[in-house]
Amino acid sequence: MKRPSVGAVFFGLVPFVAVCFSVSLWDRINPIILGLPFNFFWLILWLLLTPICLWAAYRIEMRAGNIASEKKATH
Amino acid sequence: MTPSLIALSVIAGIVVVASVVGFYAGTRHRMDLEQWTVGGRGFGLLLVWLLMAGEVYTTFTFLGASGWAYSRGGPALYILAYMPLAYVLSFFILPPIWEVGRKYRLQTQADFFQLRYGSKALSAFVALVGVVFIIPYLQLQLVGLGIIVEVSSFGGIHRAPAMIIAFAIVAAFVFTSGVRGVAWVSVIKDFLLLFAAVFIGIAVPYMYFGGIGKMFAAVIHARPTHLVMPGTTKNLGHTWYISTVLLTSLGFYMWPQAFGSSFTAKSGDTLRRNAVVMPLYGITMPLMLFVGFGALLVLPNLANGDLSLLTIVRKTFPAWFLGLVGGAGALTAMVPAAIQILTAATLFAKNLWRPLFAPQMSDQQVATLARITVLAITAIALVFAVYSSLTIVSLLLLGYAGVTQFFPGIVLGLFSRRVRGPAVFSGIVAGISTVTLLMLTQRDPWMGWNAGFAALCLNFAVVAAVSLVQRTRPTEDANVFATKASAI
Repeated sequence: MKRPSVGAVFFGLVPFVAVCFSVSLWDRINPIILGLPFNFFWLILWLLLTPICLWAAYRIEMRAGNIASEKKATH
Repeated sequence: MTPSLIALSVIAGIVVVASVVGFYAGTRHRMDLEQWTVGGRGFGLLLVWLLMAGEVYTTFTFLGASGWAYSRGGPALYILAYMPLAYVLSFFILPPIWEVGRKYRLQTQADFFQLRYGSKALSAFVALVGVVFIIPYLQLQLVGLGIIVEVSSFGGIHRAPAMIIAFAIVAAFVFTSGVRGVAWVSVIKDFLLLFAAVFIGIAVPYMYFGGIGKMFAAVIHARPTHLVMPGTTKNLGHTWYISTVLLTSLGFYMWPQAFGSSFTAKSGDTLRRNAVVMPLYGITMPLMLFVGFGALLVLPNLANGDLSLLTIVRKTFPAWFLGLVGGAGALTAMVPAAIQILTAATLFAKNLWRPLFAPQMSDQQVATLARITVLAITAIALVFAVYSSLTIVSLLLLGYAGVTQFFPGIVLGLFSRRVRGPAVFSGIVAGISTVTLLMLTQRDPWMGWNAGFAALCLNFAVVAAVSLVQRTRPTEDANVFATKASAI
């Protein structure tokens, strides 16, 4: 199978760093933002930011021709 | 009418309406094996989205997440993290899996292994491991159904008889409708669940504390360490968090039923666009955790955290509303359970029984055997559910520890031309044995690490080592799937 482009993989890794590997940086209660402890605020924020990263990855894949070529193959 | 009768009648009404929809959707199509398992491969963005959401948002979301927020605290945060990461992964792996599936008409996960590695034994083994580790997931749905009926009847009906009734309905439902009926019942279930989750998640903090912020302030005041890791546990710290988030996000689409659901899509791009928007649907997850924290202060002495959501609903709202929430919860258990049973039965009949014991069986006979298997698998999960006392989240993590061992074989199978069957086979054997050993000797977490993740690391190491020893060369054909196509 054709591997995804490097740029798309980069945007895929951003959420992994943000919500998984960096846990010891944000797993705390203060500062409280919008009434939420900081760890909750951070993870909820990334529920909203992850689609943006994936959208960027989608654009990159499209430009790399990985999406268009597949469409041609299936129709 | 007594409150328990009102609540139970509303639940029964919801289940009956949903079942009629499922039967009707199923009987409009002629049921061959292809239609029963992958819906004729014609689902567009909306149906795929519903089907995937249907199996993702399960009893685990509804009762398990609030249960862990109540009983464990901080470690429950892993639930908010793994889900968006699982969709990130699906963005990259589901479109190529779909493409292979369509080209070679694959129906199950084990078919994929058969095609890529050309080994009947490996494919049968993958089917066996898949069926075995789907059972705790099924069991979890049963436990959830039991809790719903138990709480809604105000303790009048015990869990075991409730589970037996509920699963008779699920098995009957799977028998007649197949995957298409399940997808349409998902529609009803998603609307109900979304409504219930948003309403309860906001109303409970407001009614008892005056707002979500005020509720958190009260929790921080009463239990200062509850909201950060390791919460109320001793050994679920940051190492456990990282390893569990990785295990569950990598494993999300390794569930045979989730893997198989990608075959129902019309195009690979449907799956990719689906992945971009799916994390937004996770916005209901924090609300479930909020309910658990609210319950912690309002009802501090529950024996089992998994009871917290329904018990606080029962205490706060009228009986008909408890029935509505219970009905949503019942569908939330039935829909994924139906998909799981359907997958496990097909795996058993098509990839385990036919190739090993009865190669002359026709597709029609396989479909019949799959339906008989439905009953057997349901019965096994029922027995476990009656006799086990694990929490809902613990059951799910047990299943993940098993199915994530497929990850190296699938991802390397897609993107590496070097990896071969023996390496993948040895890796899965090493992974599954490690998981079994660590779990049975009560060593999960192991040195702070999630046992399933430790096993996955070993699995990868074994695949790499065997590949090195065998000195495999990359296949000459760039399409690694082309050479073995005749084997399916």
